[in-house]
Amino acid sequence: MTHRAPARKHAFARIFALPLISAIGLFCICTLAACSGPKVAAAALHGDDISGLMPPLDFTLTGPSGATFTAADVRGKTVLLFFGYTHCPGICPATLAELAQSLKRLGPEAAAAVRVLFVSVDPKRDSGRPLGSYASQFGPQFIGLTGTDDQLTSLTKRYRVAYRRDAPDAHGDYAVYHSSAVFVFDRDGNARLLATPAETSDQLAEDLQTVIR
Amino acid sequence: MSPFHWLLPWEFSPIVLACCSTIVILFARGSRRESGCRTTISHWRQISFYLGITIIYVPLQTRLDYFAQHMFWIHRLQHLFLHHIGPFLVALSAPWPSVLRGLPSTWRDPVLKVLRSTPVRGLYGVLQQPLIALTLFVGLIYFWLWPIVHFRAMLNAAEYKWMNWSMALDGLLFWWLILDPRSREEGARIGFGMRVPIALFAMLPQLLIGAYLTFHATIIYDVYAVCGRLWPVDPITDQQIGGLITWIPACMMSVIAALIALRRWIYDDARVRARNAADTDGYATASELR
Repeated sequence: MTHRAPARKHAFARIFALPLISAIGLFCICTLAACSGPKVAAAALHGDDISGLMPPLDFTLTGPSGATFTAADVRGKTVLLFFGYTHCPGICPATLAELAQSLKRLGPEAAAAVRVLFVSVDPKRDSGRPLGSYASQFGPQFIGLTGTDDQLTSLTKRYRVAYRRDAPDAHGDYAVYHSSAVFVFDRDGNARLLATPAETSDQLAEDLQTVIR
Repeated sequence: MSPFHWLLPWEFSPIVLACCSTIVILFARGSRRESGCRTTISHWRQISFYLGITIIYVPLQTRLDYFAQHMFWIHRLQHLFLHHIGPFLVALSAPWPSVLRGLPSTWRDPVLKVLRSTPVRGLYGVLQQPLIALTLFVGLIYFWLWPIVHFRAMLNAAEYKWMNWSMALDGLLFWWLILDPRSREEGARIGFGMRVPIALFAMLPQLLIGAYLTFHATIIYDVYAVCGRLWPVDPITDQQIGGLITWIPACMMSVIAALIALRRWIYDDARVRARNAADTDGYATASELR
């Protein structure tokens, strides 16, 4: 046992030296990484910047006329993607009205390059014409879409949002729980911005200008 | 939805499936062979191992993963399973000799060679240095709960995977450091006496962050509201339950680990003393003979 005595003398070094060296090493690496990283003078967004964080726009759904509607149909436009349902008592109409307000602030020219996709996660009640007219009452850029459960699941999974339909009550009414986020994609279909209901229409309009630019 | 539906992965990961099934097959083979010999691996250890692997697999590869992505408290539960309970049970079963024995005999030497190579041993040595292991264990909890990081991890599929993998692997490393049944003389990284304070030190920062989440009056993680909760629960309640899970069961695992280490320390001490006593007896007999 005597051979361990010198080691004990250096117990302090044994316990703290390695972590200290590792910490210094890690600090150096982080500093280097931070310094050598690309310096992007990104325009400050009010919403959350999701560039590179979420996959590019891709979906297959059913459009207002009953025909298949895909991401290719809105290529070249700045796209706002929002999930909801027409029987929604509050969030959906409020958010859509807010979006319409933002588009008005953008001016007619910029607004013409924008499409708002209102994806109903309640296809049972929202298939067909009513969805289209519900969406277009907020403006000509608003498109109501829905699809089969599989199509909706694959789209919501892609953007990591949840939705769930409650059990119907005696009148056949039911609530649908869905996300409140608005995902914004640029002309090339890249995810750029996540807008939340906390943003005002002015702030969203400013963010949209940044994305359109 | 059928029960089968609930058991299917939300986002299928071939790597998780491969890792879990490989280690289970190796352990099953190894422990069967072992019981043919003199040493048997107890039923309790087997139960602990299989339960531990199940508790790591289920939160990753069943519908639970979907719930964890959309409810903060279920996310915290997922991490409790991945970082605390699952790896704890696996480490408690000390499966590594059986797993090695379960390897086909032609593979055993190359695998051992890799495991004993300098880079692997060096990296393992650094990760299992007590202070680093402790910092990693607690630091990962803080890192992934840091609001900006958490927001990104919840939106980006790759970062989400990294988060869960890092939790499970670090859990295995940390609990193995504390629960290794061998004493330092038999090859463990640190002695039993050292493990008790490490396990208990890990508790304090977890207690702090758990209490912080539980008593925070405003919403810290808005990503759950933005991406939709699965049922209408008050966001603050969601956060409070999440905080309590981060706080109480997580700290409990530290206490249990410390008690196990303490018990082993006492037994080991008694064993050493008995051995010393035997040596002294031998000495007495020898002197009598003289």
